[in-house]
Amino acid sequence: MINRLINTFKNLHVDVPLLIGVIALMCTSIVVQYSATNENVDMTMSQIIRTFVALAAMLVMAAVSPKFYARWAYAGYAFCTVLLILVLIIGHVGKGAERWLDLGIVRFQPAEFLKLIMPMTIAAFFAKRVLPAKFIPCIIAFGMIMFPVALIVLQPDLGTAVLIAVSGCFIIYLAGLNWYLILSGALLFALYAPIHWFFFMYDYQKQRIFTFLNPESDPLHSGYNIIQSKIAIGSGGMVGKGWLHGTQSHLQFLPESHTDFIFAVFCEEFGFAGVLFLMSLYAAVIARCAYISMHAQNTFERLLSGALTLTFFFYIFVNVGMVSGLLPVVGVPLPMISYGGTSMITLSAAFGIIMAISTHRKKQQY
Amino acid sequence: MTFNFNQDPSRPLQQRVIFRDNIAEANLFKGRILIALSVVILMTVALIYNLYDLQIVRYESFASRSNSNRIKIIPIAPPRGLIYDRYGNLLAENQPLYEIEVIPEDIDRGKTVRNTLIELKALLDLPFEEKDIDLLVDKIRLGKKFKPIVVATKLTEEQIATFSVNQYDFSGFYVQPKLKRFYPFGSTLTHALGYVARINQKDVEQLERLNKTKNYAATQDIGKQGVEKYYEDILHGTVGYKKVEVDSTGRVARTIEFAPPTPGKDIYLTIDINLQKKAQELLGETKGAIVLLDPNNGEILAFASNPSYDPNMFVRGILSSEYNELLNNPDRPLINRVSQGGYAPASTIKPLMTVMGLNEGLITPKTQFFGGPYYSLPGSKHKFRDWRRWGHGWMDVYRAIEISCDTFFYDLAFKAGIDNINKYMGQFGFGRHSGIDLYEESLANLPSKQWKQGRFKQVWVPGDTVPIGIGQGYWSTTLIQLVKAHAILIQHGRNIIPHLALNYAEMAPLEFAINNPRQKYVPPKETAVEVTNKGYFDVGMKGMYLVINGPEGTGRRAFAGTKYKAAGKSGTAQIITIKQDQHYNASAIAKEHRDNALFVAFAPYETPKALVGVILENAGGGSKFAAPIARKMLDAYLLDPAHPQIEIQDKKAEKTKK
Repeated sequence: MINRLINTFKNLHVDVPLLIGVIALMCTSIVVQYSATNENVDMTMSQIIRTFVALAAMLVMAAVSPKFYARWAYAGYAFCTVLLILVLIIGHVGKGAERWLDLGIVRFQPAEFLKLIMPMTIAAFFAKRVLPAKFIPCIIAFGMIMFPVALIVLQPDLGTAVLIAVSGCFIIYLAGLNWYLILSGALLFALYAPIHWFFFMYDYQKQRIFTFLNPESDPLHSGYNIIQSKIAIGSGGMVGKGWLHGTQSHLQFLPESHTDFIFAVFCEEFGFAGVLFLMSLYAAVIARCAYISMHAQNTFERLLSGALTLTFFFYIFVNVGMVSGLLPVVGVPLPMISYGGTSMITLSAAFGIIMAISTHRKKQQY
Repeated sequence: MTFNFNQDPSRPLQQRVIFRDNIAEANLFKGRILIALSVVILMTVALIYNLYDLQIVRYESFASRSNSNRIKIIPIAPPRGLIYDRYGNLLAENQPLYEIEVIPEDIDRGKTVRNTLIELKALLDLPFEEKDIDLLVDKIRLGKKFKPIVVATKLTEEQIATFSVNQYDFSGFYVQPKLKRFYPFGSTLTHALGYVARINQKDVEQLERLNKTKNYAATQDIGKQGVEKYYEDILHGTVGYKKVEVDSTGRVARTIEFAPPTPGKDIYLTIDINLQKKAQELLGETKGAIVLLDPNNGEILAFASNPSYDPNMFVRGILSSEYNELLNNPDRPLINRVSQGGYAPASTIKPLMTVMGLNEGLITPKTQFFGGPYYSLPGSKHKFRDWRRWGHGWMDVYRAIEISCDTFFYDLAFKAGIDNINKYMGQFGFGRHSGIDLYEESLANLPSKQWKQGRFKQVWVPGDTVPIGIGQGYWSTTLIQLVKAHAILIQHGRNIIPHLALNYAEMAPLEFAINNPRQKYVPPKETAVEVTNKGYFDVGMKGMYLVINGPEGTGRRAFAGTKYKAAGKSGTAQIITIKQDQHYNASAIAKEHRDNALFVAFAPYETPKALVGVILENAGGGSKFAAPIARKMLDAYLLDPAHPQIEIQDKKAEKTKK
C-alpha cells in the first residue's frame, strides 16, 4: 500500500520534501489571505482554487523531462519576445502600464512567461559551451537578457524587468562569470544608475525612491504606505495581535494588504515568532532547491535549478525588504503568499521544473 | 568527417564536439552556488535583524502609533443648564435642531463641491442664493479636512427624511442633531439673561488662557452676555467623550469606552418674569430702564432696559445686516441701561446727602434753612438756580426732601466739600461695582479732586461741588448703583448686593474661583455706610415718605390711593446746561436734549419689601413721568394676585377697620 503510494509519487515526478514545503507555504497563504481580505470568503475561495491550479501546473511541469525544456527554450524565448513587441504595439492599457495581452479568451502577461523562459534560455545557451563561461558568450548572453528586458521596461514595468534580468544574470554568474567581470559590471552599473535616473525614469518611479529615502517627509501621500506598513509590522511585537485581529489591515490603514503588503499583515498578526516560522519555511524550500541543483546531472539542469532558486530568494528579499522599509516600494508580491494567481502559478511552475530536474535524473541513469 | 571520434556508431556524428569535464563543471557550480547561498544567508539575517528591530526593539513606539491610528477620542458636549425665573418659568431652554454638516475630506471627488451643493439645494429646497453657495464652497475648500462644516440648519422633519433617503448621493454630508439655546421670552429679558452664540477666536483665546479648552472640545456656543456669560462655567457642565475605533477613512468601527458628559447645572434667577414683562410693557417706546429689587437681600425681580432686542438672533447666527442695524440704531439697544448707562442721579440722592450731612454734623433734623430762588457761593455772582423759580421759603431737612429743594442741598454740598461727598457716596456704592452678577457693568463717575485733575488737568473749585449736591455736575451713576444706594439707606447702612441668581451666595464665589484662579474671593463687606446714629437713615427715609405722603410731596399725585404706604424720591436730570439768563422750556428744545426723568421708590414704608428705580431718557420731570411707572411697578409686585407680598398688612388694615 505504502509502496504503491510511493510509486504513484514517482510516476508523478514529485520531489516530496519540496512538495511539503510548497504546500506549507500555500496553506500559510490561505490562512493569511482570509485575514488580509477582511474575512472575505469569496476571495479566499478563489485563492484556494488558484492554489489547486498552481499545484496542477507544478505537477505538469514536473512531469516534463528537463531535456524538453532545454530543447524548446529558444523557441519559447523567441515567442515571448514577439509577444512583448505585440504588447507594446497593441497592448491592453491597464493601471497605467501596458502589460496585458488580450487574446480574446485569456489576458496574460508575456513577461510572466519570461520569468521561467529567460533562465531556461540562458541555461540552454551555456549548456552548449565549456564552463567557466568565456567573455564573449557572457556578452552574448547579457544581450539576450537585456533585449526582452528593455521591452518590459518600456511597458513600463520596472519591477518585473528587474526580476527577469536578475534571473538571467544569476545563470551567467552560476556559469562561472569571471569575478573581475562581475566587479567591473557592478562598477558600470554604478556609473549608469545616475544616467538612468535623469533620463529614463518616470516621475512616479522617482517618487518611490524619494519616499523610500524619507517616508516621513510625506506621511499622508507617497510615504503613507510604507509608514503604515512599518506600523503594522512593529505593532505585531513578539507574538502578534492574533489571527484576524490585526488592526492596521482590518481597519484598512494598510494599503494593498492582501497583495504586495501581505507580509505586513502576517507580521502584525503573528509577530516576530511568525516571521521566524515563515522565514524557516522559506529557508527549507530554498535549501531543498539548492540541494537539488547541486545534485543535478548536467550543466543545463544545474544552472536552471540554481538560478530559479536564487530568483525565488530574490523575490522574498525584495518584497520583505520593501514592506519593512529596507528597499524602495516596487510592485513585487511576496512569493507563494500574496493574493493573485499569476505569481503563484509561475512560481509553482518553477518548482515543477526543479522537481523535474530532481526526479528525472534516476530514469536517465538506466 | 573522416575522423571518427564517435565511439558509439548508433549515435549520429556531432558537428561540433565539446570537450567538457563534468566533474569540474559541477565543482565550479557548487562553488558558485555556495557563495551565492552565503550571500543569501547574509541578506536573510539582514532582513530578520530589521524585523527584530521593528517588532521587538521599537515595539512600544509602533504599538502606540498603531493605537493612535485606530483609536479616536470623540468629545461629547454637555447639555447646557437651563435657566428659570424665581417661580420656575423657563427662561432659557435647549431645543433640538437638525443640521446638515459636511466633512470636506469625505466629499465625493467625482463631483465638484459646487454642483453637490446645488443638488442639495434642489433636493431639500434650501434657501441658498448664489452668494451663500460661493461662501460655502470657500469654507469647504479652505477649512480643515476633517472639521465638519454646517451646510444647512433648522431642517424640518420632511427635509431630514428626504435627505436620509438620498444620502448615498452626498458622500461626506450627514444630518447632525444638536441642542440649540432658545429664549422663549425673546427680547423681554435680554439685558439680564444675555445669550449664547458661536465660540469665536476671542473666546478661544480666553478659554486657552483659563485652561478650559479641553472642556469645550465639543461645545459650539458660549455665553456672550448677561447671566449666560457670568455663570458660563456652572451652566456649561463637563465634557464627556467616546473612545472609538475608526478605520482609515474615519468611519467608526466600534465604541471602546464611553464617558457621558456631566450636564450643566440649572440656574434659578431672582427675576419674576411676569413683573419683568410688566416693566418692559411700562417702558413701551421710551428709552430707559427699570429695576425692582427686594431691599432686604438684593434679589432683582425686574431688570428692564429699553429698547431691547431678540437674543435668539445671536444664537442662530446674526446676519451682519441685522447686527449693523442694532449697532447703528440711535436708540442703542445693545447698551444695558440698568448697569451700563451712566446718568446724572439728580435729586434722587438728596436723602443720601442728608445722611452725610447729619453724620458730619453739618445739619440736624431741626436745622432751619431759607430756600430762595437761587444759591450763590460767598463772593460769587454765579446763580445756582432752584427748580422753583420763586423758591420755597423756610424749611427743615424733611421738607427739603419732600419738595426737593435745590438750594438746601447746594448749601449742604458746599459745606461738606467734595472729599466728604466722595467718601460717603462711595460708601453708598457710587462709582464702584455694585456686585451684580453681570460683566456688563460700568462704574459711571463719582467725581473727586483727583478725578478732575486726571481727566481735565484742572483744579477742583467750590463751584464744582455745588451742583453735586443735587446729583448733577460731574456726577453720573448707573441705575443699579442708584438702587443699591437706596437699599443701603433702607437697610440702615447694611451692604446690599443686587443680584440675579437666586443662590448667588454659593454661585458667585464658585464662578470667581474658576475665572480668577490666582485670586482669593473676598466676600462683600457686611456694612457699607458707618454712621454714629442709625437714626440718620430714618431722617432720609422719612423725607422720602413725605415725598409721597406729604402735602407738598413731589410724588403725591402719582401715588394717590395706594393700598400700601410708599416712600420715594424724584429726580429730573438736565442734559444740557441752561444759560444764566434762561429758563428750561421742554417744548423748545430737541427731544434728545430733554431732561431725564428718575424716580426711586420703596414700599411698604415700615417693612420695605420692594425697591424700584426708574430712569426715562428725555422724558421730562421725574415726578410727572417716572413716578407713575414706579408706582405701577410696586402695585404689580406687591399686589400680584399670584404672589401677594403685603397680605398680612391688608389683614391688619381690615382688623383695624373692624
